[in-house]
Amino acid sequence: MKYTEKPKTLKQLRVEIETGATKATDLANSYFERIERINPDLNVYLQLSKDRALEQAERVDGLAAKGDPLPVLAGIPVGIKDVMVVKGIPSTAGSRILKDYRPPYDAPAVARLEAAGAVVLGKLNCDEFAMGSSNENSAYGPVRNPVDTERVPGGSSGGSAAAVAANMAVATLGSDTGGSIRQPASFCGVVGVLPTWGRVSRYGLIAFASSLDRIGPFAGNVRDAATMLGVIAGFDPKDATSLDAPVDDYAAECDKPVEGMRIGVPAEYFGEGLDPEVRSAIEDGIAKLKAAGCTIKPVSLPNTKYAIPTYYLVATAEASANLARFDGVRYGYRSPSSENLAGMYRHSREEGFGAEVKRRIMLGTYALSAGYYDAYYLKAQQVRRLLAEEFQRAFADVDAIVTPTAPTPAFKLGEKTGDPLAMYLADIYTVTASLAGICGVTVPCGTTKAGLPVGMQVLASHLREGTAFRVACAVESAE
Amino acid sequence: MADQVTVEVVARVAELANLELTQEETVAMVRDLNSILGYVAQLSELDTSDVEPLAQVTELMQAGGGRLREDAVTPSLDRAAVMSQAPETDGTFFKVPKVIER
Repeated sequence: MKYTEKPKTLKQLRVEIETGATKATDLANSYFERIERINPDLNVYLQLSKDRALEQAERVDGLAAKGDPLPVLAGIPVGIKDVMVVKGIPSTAGSRILKDYRPPYDAPAVARLEAAGAVVLGKLNCDEFAMGSSNENSAYGPVRNPVDTERVPGGSSGGSAAAVAANMAVATLGSDTGGSIRQPASFCGVVGVLPTWGRVSRYGLIAFASSLDRIGPFAGNVRDAATMLGVIAGFDPKDATSLDAPVDDYAAECDKPVEGMRIGVPAEYFGEGLDPEVRSAIEDGIAKLKAAGCTIKPVSLPNTKYAIPTYYLVATAEASANLARFDGVRYGYRSPSSENLAGMYRHSREEGFGAEVKRRIMLGTYALSAGYYDAYYLKAQQVRRLLAEEFQRAFADVDAIVTPTAPTPAFKLGEKTGDPLAMYLADIYTVTASLAGICGVTVPCGTTKAGLPVGMQVLASHLREGTAFRVACAVESAE
Repeated sequence: MADQVTVEVVARVAELANLELTQEETVAMVRDLNSILGYVAQLSELDTSDVEPLAQVTELMQAGGGRLREDAVTPSLDRAAVMSQAPETDGTFFKVPKVIER
């Protein structure tokens, strides 16, 4: 079954709400109706926040009725990946261990959206603690791809990508640690943004791997994704690693020409394992950039093949430390069979975590344990520097680098669940940018013969989100 | 290379990680960890003897950030709201099962 429907653009909706042609409350209600109708088939939303949404929509309608100036996202229905906390609304991170957890505060990324007038419809399904590439690791069941419900939406932000693809929200927030925004955007045929590490506050993002985790938006088109990022980006004193750098007018980048821009193409991203149809779609996209006046240059990223092993050591080591907080004491699940404190920790974690989360905690704990630290964790941090420096050298010669986002289009449910390593390789083109901290945008770039979306990954150097948006807009308008 | 992760190793790591794996999970974990570690072993091909480890990327950017905040007292989260989420509490403290056996 197919459930795809393109959301209206922010610009269209703004005009409708400003002129009173559409009321924000009616818009929110029409989204809730659509969600209630198709969510049983797609499993995109885990939780709806109706009261909060309608209260906000009424505020927007009040402003519009008085003719007051409306904030940039006034009345726009959005969804939030369940790894971000929203005050009083169950926030589970897709895990049994946080079932029914009602956070006592809002993540600033969510608060900034609401301050800009957005209407939060609810919380979106995802892989447990954002660990996965297919959304099959959610304790609340997999999300199905709106393009083809026999296929996965990608992960871990599968719900966030599918919500936009099926018009169950106009835009959404996801998180990306190793590809968790870009890969599902590619699989579902929507735009997904990986901001520079530190660009968006991580406060209130339930931590997976802190040196890699980022919050970023999904939308139906590049300009709207850029507008969303402009709202959530910026310094936040509550996140010590948040960057104190000015936030550019990202949406305005879509009006700038790409003529004369230097676009790098790394051969390492077009080698063995790349699906031929994905390759040809991306090559067509590159030809369109050339036709638009870009200079296409080969760039060399020879250590790319070491990125997956590096990523899975760094990410799991950090995860093993971050997930130590789930022990049945302060929040979340506590096992009833706990005769003493140590037993309570172990049973709560054993019963609360799913298989992939346990696997990553185990791998990370092993990589950090005495005798193995130098060989694994330290080694991975050293290779991480090599990978980051390789990108810095490449960006001395080019403005942006374009690659496939994923080696294949969306695969079938169950296809890779038996083999963790095969699942990890789904992230082969996304993890390097994660390790380097650079930014990027995944933009739809053709489809396969079977009609499955292909996404191009446009990467740019630290804090050059504007550059990535400009190139992505050119790819989109040539579609 | 011979498999380096045995049932004993898994048991020891599980104890470090405060996990109590079932028999079935242990068998799967031995298999999966060996498969993944076999794959990551390719990192040893790279000579990194002169490379400084990179723990996070702020140092690579010409941007403010990564600094410590002032050590000042600021309002914290509402205690009642926080405690309402605890599995067991008396309203002020978290309650846990007995720690010391006598």
